[in-house]
Amino acid sequence: MIHTLAAHELRSLFLSPLAWVILAVVQFILAWIFLAQLDLYMELQPQLATMEHPPGITELLVTPLYSSATLLMMLVVPLLSMRLLSEERRARTLPLLLSAPITISQIVLGKYLGLLGFLLLMVLLSSLMPLSLLTAGRLDLGLLAANLLGLSLMLAAFAAASLYISALTQQPVVAAVGSFGLLLLLWIIDWSGGEGVLGWLSLQGHYQALLQGLFSSADVAYYLLFITTFIVLAIRRLDAERLQN
Amino acid sequence: MAQDSLITVEHLSRRYGEQVAVNDLSFSVARGEVLGFLGPNGAGKSTTMQMLTGNLAPGTGRITINGIDLLEQPREAKRHLGYLPEQPPLYRDLTVDEYLRLCARLHHIPRSRLGAAVDDAKGRCGLGEVGRRLIGHLSKGYQQRVGIAQAIIHNPAVVILDEPTVGLDPIQIREIRHLVRELGGEHSVILSTHILPEVQATCDRVQIIQRGQLVLSDSIAGIRQRMRGGSLLLGLQHPPGEAALLAIPGVQGVETLEPQRLRIRYDSEASTAQGPAEALAQAAVEQGWGLFELSPEQRSLEEIFVDLTTRDDAPQPGEAA
Repeated sequence: MIHTLAAHELRSLFLSPLAWVILAVVQFILAWIFLAQLDLYMELQPQLATMEHPPGITELLVTPLYSSATLLMMLVVPLLSMRLLSEERRARTLPLLLSAPITISQIVLGKYLGLLGFLLLMVLLSSLMPLSLLTAGRLDLGLLAANLLGLSLMLAAFAAASLYISALTQQPVVAAVGSFGLLLLLWIIDWSGGEGVLGWLSLQGHYQALLQGLFSSADVAYYLLFITTFIVLAIRRLDAERLQN
Repeated sequence: MAQDSLITVEHLSRRYGEQVAVNDLSFSVARGEVLGFLGPNGAGKSTTMQMLTGNLAPGTGRITINGIDLLEQPREAKRHLGYLPEQPPLYRDLTVDEYLRLCARLHHIPRSRLGAAVDDAKGRCGLGEVGRRLIGHLSKGYQQRVGIAQAIIHNPAVVILDEPTVGLDPIQIREIRHLVRELGGEHSVILSTHILPEVQATCDRVQIIQRGQLVLSDSIAGIRQRMRGGSLLLGLQHPPGEAALLAIPGVQGVETLEPQRLRIRYDSEASTAQGPAEALAQAAVEQGWGLFELSPEQRSLEEIFVDLTTRDDAPQPGEAA
């Protein structure tokens, strides 16, 4: 049942021009960054040749690419997720799902997985650029995999947080702005405190390690906890509307 | 009747903050029965329907659908339920076929029977030729039909329709009424509407709700009985005094409408349904009053509705025991 809903969600994303435009724009900007990094690498080539342990092309190219990709996605995910629940509410289509023999958890998970499918497609498309380098040379595939995993986890976290915000309102634009605000806040939350709880909460901190190829199960656990928390919140939020207030 | 009730509601209540929307509502609908659900705006009709379909949780009370408790086993109970909300829940950027397939999947119809279920629902709602069109491009009437198709695609035991004929042209209204009657054959149907003739045309039983409470629940035959009212119109060339008319057995009141036309009130609950008509005619002939008109006065359903829903002595929400 969840996969029916997820497939439906993915389909309706592709039925709107928004998704196509976003795919095109993101791909274009990432390609631009990729090319800029490639130019830089070519310029640095003579200097690198003199170094004893020069950083590899993956480090110099892929890590900056995925580091920028996250910031771009922080803008894009709220635009994709804003419709998830708020649009259902605005178009009054929620009763269709609520009176069908499915649970609210299934509804929320179906929508989440639909969006996640779309985001993973974007990750896949973005990975084609670094992979194209394989035709000309060698890549640190382990580092690339860590980067892709990092971006995927980050996007999954973004999607969960924005799904929850989308459950709060019936105005898609409000949902988009709210999600963006929340994501940005979680990104910079460690700026004031640095270490401690705030530092641990920061999305960015857990991402950096993965970008450098450092796979730590604590970071992965952080993302999984983050995702679960917001999905549970979204389920509870939707459920609360039915109940006696 | 209790054994074959497809939907049973017991002591249902729901409040929004301080305001009581539905207060201690109990009723049941038998298999093959079409129940008309009437009430002024804000009386709690839509709230009741939302509770019956699991869109709202009731404050107190019990709802059983096809013998399954909606609150304890919501997923099982909802399998037997089809619901068309006030505003049809349509995805405007899907085609009719895609939408109905999605609805069928949501109701656990196996893949092998999907095509047949979609075709069947389309056939019953007259959607045969628009299957490939986008829902957003259809006229209001067709969208309404898609909404109904969605509610019956899984052949549910209970169909709940909230104002299904809004925005339709007279021919479509007739078709939808016909469809509702047809559904009434094998399912239980609850139909909420503002259009009173619709109730008379399609329903077996009428329920009027006012301030969250039932004020009338009666069969259509019973309603007809009520509509016959407790009065006769009497036209006399030479009307006698009121006293002479009041002397005729059964007559309870006389009202002069025009010099030669009178309204005679009698006790409609009494055993003789026709009232004192015969005695009046006989007296008129014997005493040469010049009788030219004698007819039972018909009250419309609308009058009954207005009478029941504007009555001041309806219990106030706060003081209900």
